[in-house]
Amino acid sequence: MTTETRPPEAAETAARGVHSPGRAAIAQRHLRLDRWWLPQVMTAAGLLLFIGYSTWRAFFGLHTSYAAPYVSPFYSPCLAANCPTMKGGADWALFGSWWQLSPALIVLIFPLGFRLTCYYYRKAYYRSFWSSPPACAVAEPHAKYTGETRLPLILQNVHRYFFYFAIPVAGILTWDAILGFRDAQGRWGHMGLGTLVLLVNIVLIWGYTASCHSCRHIVGGRLRHFSKHPVRYRMWTWVSKLNARHMQLAWASLFSVGLTDLYVYLLASGAFSDPRFF
Amino acid sequence: MSYEATFRVWRGDAEGGELTDFQVEVNDGEVVLDVVHRIQATQAPDLAVRWNCKAGKCGSCSAEINGRPRLMCMTRMSTLPAGETVTITPMRTFPVLRDLVTDVGFNYQKAREIPAFVPPQGVKPGEYRMQQADVNRSQEFRKCIECFLCQDTCHVVRDHEENKPAFAGPRFLMRIAELDMHPLDAAADSGLDRKATAQDEHGLGYCNITKCCTEVCPEGIKITDNALIPLKERAVDRKYDPLVWLGSKIGLRRG
Repeated sequence: MTTETRPPEAAETAARGVHSPGRAAIAQRHLRLDRWWLPQVMTAAGLLLFIGYSTWRAFFGLHTSYAAPYVSPFYSPCLAANCPTMKGGADWALFGSWWQLSPALIVLIFPLGFRLTCYYYRKAYYRSFWSSPPACAVAEPHAKYTGETRLPLILQNVHRYFFYFAIPVAGILTWDAILGFRDAQGRWGHMGLGTLVLLVNIVLIWGYTASCHSCRHIVGGRLRHFSKHPVRYRMWTWVSKLNARHMQLAWASLFSVGLTDLYVYLLASGAFSDPRFF
Repeated sequence: MSYEATFRVWRGDAEGGELTDFQVEVNDGEVVLDVVHRIQATQAPDLAVRWNCKAGKCGSCSAEINGRPRLMCMTRMSTLPAGETVTITPMRTFPVLRDLVTDVGFNYQKAREIPAFVPPQGVKPGEYRMQQADVNRSQEFRKCIECFLCQDTCHVVRDHEENKPAFAGPRFLMRIAELDMHPLDAAADSGLDRKATAQDEHGLGYCNITKCCTEVCPEGIKITDNALIPLKERAVDRKYDPLVWLGSKIGLRRG
């Protein structure tokens, strides 16, 4: 009837975590039977795919970053002098000509910081890349844990500042999408498949930005008396509805940014021409 | 319809124990707790199990079923993989007393460490008046049945016994959030800053918002999104946001 007694390896892991003295003596680190590792593997694969693609494009994509009238979201705003000329676009050369690296590296810091400190992505990479924890009720491999109480992880608390920066960046990408209603010569009143791609992308980016937990706090979550601030309460209610979809919006906007850049890259490299609607 | 299932139940105490197999009858519509009671009635009368309401409201029958923290009374047999052994262990974060019963005193200790609601001055009990909009958030947290499954699954204490003195756990950080959002709590007037003490004294910084507490909550409380993250943002207001600090100093923002 008995299937198990305290096994030899229990001694090695004694006095830590689920094997601490006094807790039920169970040798296994977990007893889960489901495929608890699958979401973590898929998350890691998705993030690595994006990291690999965006790194390649950020470092080596300058000459295929603009295909009039569309600009890649990785290169807007373009703050160095080595940007392609974007008619009406955000090529502001604020950094001057001394910046010889890819201009994408300047601006990508902000969306990168926004997503790196995002409450959803934190969960995703803590679980997938750091196994802290690998899954619920699955013992983590680390001997010590201090969470976000000290450097460097205490810096996650700056998330709201990246949210503030994300708003003008999303505003510029919105302007880029509007510029998509031109033809290659800059005449207004035209639209192509690329316009649609840029529009979908910016809707998802705004969705992700507005559903941010810091946004939810700032618009109304910090209040104690909603009844005294009906407008902010209404805004908080809207943001809360979006916030419930924050994970989905995080993934959708991540892939839409990558796919928008890919679309511009294919146009700029001459792989195909933009199908024009009118 | 009935069938024979294999149950593997942990039996023992703080000195040691083992998983013990039982062949037991299962009937349509039963939950895990029904089957545990049948084992108790027919094969192991000394099997220790804590239970009370059998309706998911008392929070007594918390355990780990196939490695997942759950209420035994709310886990239908039909939701478990048919034909596979069902493993039941006590909660693995707390000291075991006997069989499926653990000593959850850690949680009562943490509950005592949270300063209670501070009544507003000049308002007698019975005179409290609050708008529904102001108490909606706190009412979600009041659904808690104190089953302590969130405390059990939280890796901060589950995997690190040494963090127990410093970390209140999701249930009690949620309690701080509830009080800090309470429209009539006058803690600030008495010099108690719940936002700052959540971080400084109750270990809010240990939480890395991996949402296991939300996943296991049998009441469906969005502990992470509605309590822990808002509390973290409130702590940021106090400790890491110079704009908010400056605003409160020059009178643009109230605390």
